Formats: sequence, C-alpha cells, structure tokens
Amino acid sequence: MTTAAPPRSRVTLAQAIRDTGVITKRNLLRNVRLPQLLLFSTVQPVMFLLLFNYVFGGAIGQAIPPAAGGKYINWLIPGLIVQVATFGAGQTALGLTEDLSKGVIDRFRSLPMARSAVLAGRTMSDLIRNALIIALMLGVGFLIGFRYQTSLIRLLGGMAVALAFTYAMSWVMAAIGLAVKNPEAAQSAVFLPVFPLVFASSVFVPTQTMPDWLRAFADNQPITVTTNALRGLILGEGALLPGQTVEGQILAALAWSAAILAVFAPLAVRVYRRTVS
Amino acid sequence: MRGPIVEAEGVVKTFGPIRALDGVDVAFEPGIIYGLLGPNGAGKTTLIRVLTTLLRPDAGTARVAGVDVLADPVTARTRMGLAGQFAAVDDYLTGRENVEMVGRLYGLRGDEARRRAAEVLERIGLVDAADRPVRTYSGGMRRRLDLAASMVGRPQVLFLDEPTTGIDPRSRIDIWNLIQDLVADGTTILLTTQYLDEADQLAARVAVIDHGRVITEGTPAELKDTLGGSVVELTVPDDRRDETLQALATVTGEHPAYEPSTKKITVPAPDGARTLMAVVRRLDESGIVPDDITLRKPTLDDVFLALTGHVAQDQTQTPAAPAGRPRRRR
Ligand SMILES: Nc1ncnc2c1ncn2[C@@H]1O[C@H](COP(=O)(O)OP(=O)(O)OP(=O)(O)O)[C@@H](O)[C@H]1O
Ligand SMILES: [Mg+2]
Repeated sequence: MTTAAPPRSRVTLAQAIRDTGVITKRNLLRNVRLPQLLLFSTVQPVMFLLLFNYVFGGAIGQAIPPAAGGKYINWLIPGLIVQVATFGAGQTALGLTEDLSKGVIDRFRSLPMARSAVLAGRTMSDLIRNALIIALMLGVGFLIGFRYQTSLIRLLGGMAVALAFTYAMSWVMAAIGLAVKNPEAAQSAVFLPVFPLVFASSVFVPTQTMPDWLRAFADNQPITVTTNALRGLILGEGALLPGQTVEGQILAALAWSAAILAVFAPLAVRVYRRTVS
Repeated sequence: MRGPIVEAEGVVKTFGPIRALDGVDVAFEPGIIYGLLGPNGAGKTTLIRVLTTLLRPDAGTARVAGVDVLADPVTARTRMGLAGQFAAVDDYLTGRENVEMVGRLYGLRGDEARRRAAEVLERIGLVDAADRPVRTYSGGMRRRLDLAASMVGRPQVLFLDEPTTGIDPRSRIDIWNLIQDLVADGTTILLTTQYLDEADQLAARVAVIDHGRVITEGTPAELKDTLGGSVVELTVPDDRRDETLQALATVTGEHPAYEPSTKKITVPAPDGARTLMAVVRRLDESGIVPDDITLRKPTLDDVFLALTGHVAQDQTQTPAAPAGRPRRRR
C-alpha cells in the first residue's frame, strides 16, 4: 500500500456542496431543538416594533413622508427588517466561537470533508434563520397594521435585498468572531460596532433632522442605503428623499452587499485558517 | 502493510517562545495500541494535532497509513479517526444524529451513513440512548459517543487523546474493552493518557514524551526493566530528606527519585533484596531511620518518575529543563 508519493487528492465541488448541506442542516437543527433561541431572536425586534410604533410613532409620524400611507408602522417595518438583518448576522460570530470552543471545529477539520463547508454552512444556516425571523416579524407587523403600499412582488424583492445584506454581514461577523475566538468576548465585539451603525441610520427616524455632519455619514452608510431600497420597494418612490430613485437605492444597496462580501468573505477565510492552526 | 503505520521525523512546533514539539521522531507499528505518556504540557496533544492534520508543524515530516499528512491531508483524513481531549459532540442533536453527521462528512451516502451509525452505536452500547439529545448524556456516555463518531469512517488509525480522563471507573472499563475490540479488528490505536495503569493495561508499547521530545519508547515490561528488577521505596522525616537523597546516590550509582506529592523516595534496585540491604546499611551509617521502607516491582509510574522527575497526574508546571535526563525536585 505504501507506494511512492500518492496523488494529492482534493475535495470536489459536488462534495463541497454536499458537506455544506450537512453542516447547514446541523446548524439549523439547533434552532429546531432549542426553539427558545429563535423565539428570543424574534422577541427583540418585535419589542422594538411595538415600542417604536406605540411610543414614538405619534411624534415621529409627523416627520415621515406621505408615501407611508400616514402610518409610522409602514415606515418602520422596512427599517426594522434591516435592523434584524444586521443583528441577526451577529449570530454567525456566536455560533462559530461556540463551535471553536467546544472542539467541534477540530472534529470537522479532522474529517475528509470540504474545509469551506464549515463557514459556508454556518453563513447559509444563519441566512435561513434570519429569513425566518424576518418573516415572523413581518407577520406581527401585519397583525398590528402594516400594509405594503406597492405590490407583493416588490415586497418580496425587498426581502431579497435584505437577505443579500444579512448574508454579507454574516461574513463580517464570521471574521470578527474568528478573530475574537471567545464566545463571551464575541458578544460585545459583534454588537458594539453595530449599535451606532443601526441608530445613526434611517432605520427608526428620517435622517433630515440629524445634524449635518452626522447626516452626511448616515445617508451614505450601508444600513441606510439598504433601508432606503426596502422603503422604495415596499412603500414606493415617495418614501425616499428628493433626488433618490428606487432603482438607484436598490443598486447602491446591492453594491454595498457585494462589496462587503468581496472584502469580508476572503478575510473570514484567512482568519479561519489562522485561528484553527 | 509493511513498516510503520504512523511515522514522524524531526517534528517541531513552537507557540511563540514555547517549543511544544522539539524534534519528535516516532515510528509506530500497525495493529497494536500505542500509549503516549507525558506530564501536562509535554506536547502529547500537539503531536496528535500534527498527526491528524489539525496543525502544521514548523519543521519535520509525518506519515499516517502511508500518506504524507502535510502533502496530502485530505487522503490522510480518510484513513484516520480522532477523538480529541474534550468530547466534541453536539448537545442538542441526538447521539444517532451526531454519528450520522460525521458519517456523511466522511463521504458516506445518506442510507449508508444511517446503517453505519446504527452499527457503531450498537457496538459502543449506546443503542438505548441513541435517540435522546446528547445534553441528557452522562460524561462517560459523551466520551463513548465521541469515540463512536471517530469510528464511523472505519479508520486504519484511531487517535484518542485522553479517552478516559474524568470519567468514572466503570465507564473507563467499558472504554478499555471497546478499545481492545477495535484493535482486535486490526485498527491501530494511538492513545494518550495520564493514567499509567491504563497504559500498562492497554498499550502494547508506550512512548514517553517530555518537553516536546520522545525520551523513551518500548513495551511496558521493557521500560520497567530499565529500572532493574525492583525498586526500593522509602519515606523519611522531612528534615532528613536531602541528606538521605545524597547518601543513597552512592548506593547504586543512580540518583534516587523524590516525589513531593507523595513524599516517597524511590531507588532502582537491580539486585533486589541485596540493594535493599545496602540501602538500609547506608541509612544506618548516616543515622537515618526511615518512616517506612519496602521492596517492590516497578510500575510505569516509577519509570515515569525516573524519566521525567514527576508523577503523571502532577498538575503543576515544571520549569524548562534539559529533557532526556532524570531530574529531581528539591
Ligand atoms: N494553541 C497554543 N498556543 C500556545 N501554546 C500552546 C498551544 N497549544 C499548546 N501550547 C503549549 O504547548 C505545550 C504543549 O501542550 P500540549 O497541549 O501538547 O500538552 P499535553 O501533553 O497534551 O498536556 P496535557 O496533559 O495537559 O493535555 C504547552 O506548554 C502548551 O501550553
Ligand atoms: Mg493534552
């Protein structure tokens, strides 16, 4: 059996896809077995939804564009979807650090599986999970009065833009989590930078009332751009600032997601390689 | 297969200033259980991580089952199984799901993976608990499940890092039996352990590693023979200890070993009762009265103590010292 140098074998693409499926399923099963995980992740956005709608809705409602049909909740929902997409991506960091600390990643790496499947499966399962949470939140939104002002197709288009964004953000979080390694540290490492980004955006309030320096930032950062794309799709062009078009915002949002993915996916893979050996 | 099934040459791995592996050479024959012994921090886990492709060494080469683990890690992984120092099982999956998943990742098709998982679970005695979430398992059951997962791919070589650490004596026996079964089927097993009686019971050959180097290798009997046929073990009052150690050094020409945690001094006794008498005479000349003195067969613990200067279960870190030479503690 010990012949001369055996040919170096590589994992095939088909196998990589199959392995990614196995890992995705494994990660998703966790959500099924511990449904409270999914519940907790939904409670927070729903709480935001209720609080903002009933507490601030009256005050902020004055400032929102008429395209929202006169209801703050119509304006709020697209923003909250993007907020969930952003925070939900943080789960990728938490899941990876937990697997690292429990030795699960070592087990995976000792198997003749595709190495890429660990990160691909993790980001894929988190994408599915975040899609579910967004759907749940939309359901609650409908119950308390949210109505899209365009068409169902456009609403679904909005979902697609949000999911592209959450997928890209998952890779950012993967890189952060793998760099931090420790699950507790990952908690703050993930949420600290994201909090100001979510609030200094058009997610909860229109940016017009912000001071100029902040507004210059807020109007151009990816969370605002993605939120605008969703508002344009769900509420129509009237929900955007003068001079902005729905197509323009969609393109800008997708460009942001693609750029984030292009930078952070290779980075996460690099950090993964460094972390695990 | 001819020749060694696990081979390493000149393997070096450093972590910053720490030389975890400092030029390891090993050659393990197929079909037996190898025990890898060494105090905490000796480099056992690091060596296993290199051999199982988890860690790239800074220098050296390693082959497992005829495959160069550095040049072709993917093929190497198809031929080996690993159960790490901490059971890497998923708490919220059932035992069966855990094993099936690993089977799938070894490249088995769905129904094949299911069949193989059932087989392995049966063998490891977890059939009754197979469909319960792992979070309801005891520590021993988790260990066994981890072992089951490492077996699904029918590996030629199985690496077990401390397979029985922290589990109760009964589960330990279960795991021992299982390991012996596996080897009877032709699997080669490399296990690390802190328990020298475990190595003595299970391993056909042992390698002792300290400060990142293999300092000795052989059958347990051969290693014990290096201490001569017997050892004299004695305890003396604390205030006479240094004096005793100096006095006894002249008896056999070998340094006595002292273990602080048990306060026992051991002296190799190549001439059995004669050595004992010589020891007693020497103590008498110095006016030292031991609290206790016995002549007994050496155990692997004695070998270990003589070689590394401390007992296997010792949790304290020793300062770096040249390896391969007996050291004593003061
Ligand atoms: N990832 C790492 N980073 C830094 N140092 C490390 C790393 N892994 C191991 N070491 C160091 O390398 C040395 C060897 O560690 P290793 O885990 O191989 O020992 P061991 O023989 O398995 O010990 P134990 O019996 O405690 O499991 C130790 O000094 C350890 O602190
Ligand atoms: Mg170890």
